[in-house]
Amino acid sequence: MEYYLQLFINGLVVGGIYSLVALGFVVIYKATKVVNFAQGELVMAGAYICFALTVQFNIPFLWAFLLTLAFSVLLGLAIERMVLRPLIGEEHISVIMVTVGMSSVLKSLVQLFWGTQIRVYPQVLPTEPVVIAGLPVAPVYLAAFALSAVLFAIFSVFFKYSRTGIAMRATAFDQQAAQSMGIGIKNIFAMSWCIACVVSAVGGVILGNINGINSQLGHLGLKVFPAVILGGLDSLLGAALGGLIIGVLENVCDGAARQLFGLGGFREVAAFIILVVILMIKPYGLFGTKEIERV
Amino acid sequence: MNAGSTVNEVLKVENLEVVYNDVVLVLKGLSLACPKGEITALLGANGAGKSTTLKAISGLLECEDGEVTDGSVIYQGEPIQHLIPEKIVRKGIFQVMEGRRIFEDLTVEENLRCGAFTRPRSEIAGGLEKVYDYFPRLRERRKQLAGYMSGGEQQMCAIGRAIMARPQLLLLDEPSLGLAPLLVEEIFDIVKRINSVEGVTVLLVEQNARAALSVAGRGYIMENGRVVMEGKAADLLGNPDVQEFYLGMGHGGDRRSYRDVKHYRRRKRWLG
Ligand SMILES: Nc1ncnc2c1ncn2[C@@H]1O[C@H](COP(=O)(O)OP(=O)(O)O)[C@@H](O)[C@H]1O
Ligand SMILES: [Mg+2]
Repeated sequence: MEYYLQLFINGLVVGGIYSLVALGFVVIYKATKVVNFAQGELVMAGAYICFALTVQFNIPFLWAFLLTLAFSVLLGLAIERMVLRPLIGEEHISVIMVTVGMSSVLKSLVQLFWGTQIRVYPQVLPTEPVVIAGLPVAPVYLAAFALSAVLFAIFSVFFKYSRTGIAMRATAFDQQAAQSMGIGIKNIFAMSWCIACVVSAVGGVILGNINGINSQLGHLGLKVFPAVILGGLDSLLGAALGGLIIGVLENVCDGAARQLFGLGGFREVAAFIILVVILMIKPYGLFGTKEIERV
Repeated sequence: MNAGSTVNEVLKVENLEVVYNDVVLVLKGLSLACPKGEITALLGANGAGKSTTLKAISGLLECEDGEVTDGSVIYQGEPIQHLIPEKIVRKGIFQVMEGRRIFEDLTVEENLRCGAFTRPRSEIAGGLEKVYDYFPRLRERRKQLAGYMSGGEQQMCAIGRAIMARPQLLLLDEPSLGLAPLLVEEIFDIVKRINSVEGVTVLLVEQNARAALSVAGRGYIMENGRVVMEGKAADLLGNPDVQEFYLGMGHGGDRRSYRDVKHYRRRKRWLG
């Protein structure tokens, strides 16, 4: 039982990271209807930047983290301006293919600068476990989960109450009508890429603190698909829950497969098996919009 | 009504040509003017180019691959035909698009806030109060998702967004489309009030010519991308051609449209 509880907690932490990355994915999808295949590489970019700043430039971790966030904002702006804006008006599929290309470019850049071996962040938090409900939990796990939760809370408030947040939702629903309100939709697109880069970078930094990073980190982006499809492609709450559920399920399934059948590596496929099942029973996800139908 | 009060024109459209997708010429040298503080009606059959005219003024053609290829749109003495929609809204022109275009998964109040996107934050609370005074039904539903409202309520919400934007020139695209006659009357009353109370100049596009001319000072009738007739609303209402082709008179018509004619005549007499 304790074994499974432990798996559950690990799952929540990993799930929290998936949720963040899924949030970035959903924000872009909602605003621009672009399916961003480079989401995982944005995680990787953030993780490596923070790594370089702390380890290679010896900047204290907190500052390095804040600088990483600033860098992510710039990265978001750059991607929107240089890669996507020239494509406005093109077919969706072209834009999606460009994000696939962008993921290769980002991955190659990381390999160019940092190679392919695993890099480890310096220890920032104490290693002494904290005991929660009788279970020992590493402080870094707690911090990771808390950080994801806080970011989610901030973005929920932002989208619900702030002028820009409401304008982003309006733009997501109807771009031309949003323009008729005087909303500059190009700014909105840039904003959504910035948000996506920032939340992904935070996810990357958390992962770096827990596991260390290598140039395959981008594969995490693939795990986010089951999460967002479970949650419904265009729902923020869905992204949060989808990420958590996928995180927990894949950890628990993996543990169960290990314990009951002696199978290793089930974690890598569990999420996709879940994905297939979801698509069969709830094609719009748990929270996805169908279309409001009036009678 | 107040025709002839000033020759001061808020908006002047001169020889406007609009092309869609680089090939389809839809506006073929259209000219019109909106006198300050008045309601001007732009009438015409489906496909005449009325919506295109409004989008050319508000800059919304771009995302439909439409382009102004000739002529000019002069707003308060300044050409605006090459500005982006955001700038145009900030200059005080607001378009209520055809089909209401409500943000369905936002609440009514969030929709209204979007209308005030270009206004200082300090105006929002007062703006909301004003909209709710015009449309008490929106106040009741302000926390409700706009997509679940009836067509009439959505139209109120769309006009409410315009009130929030405090424009100097309001472009209304077929506000009566698909509404029951009673609601049409209510909407036109509000348009009239916004015009007289807020002092907003209105360019009103309609297929419902009778309703539009009953509130307008002047009217333009367009066909096939050009203005074919213009004049004071009262003159247009009395013109036999207009009566035959746009007011459905002279054909005998079906009962309902005949009753509408009588209704609006009575209304006009009453207003005048
Ligand atoms: N986005 C567009 N692309 C191509 N043609 C269009 C577009 N919008 C309108 N048109 C064409 O322009 C003409 C005028 O349309 P519109 O301005 O909507 O007329 P109205 O509002 O008077 O009904 C129509 O023939 C229509 O088919
Ligand atoms: Mg039209």
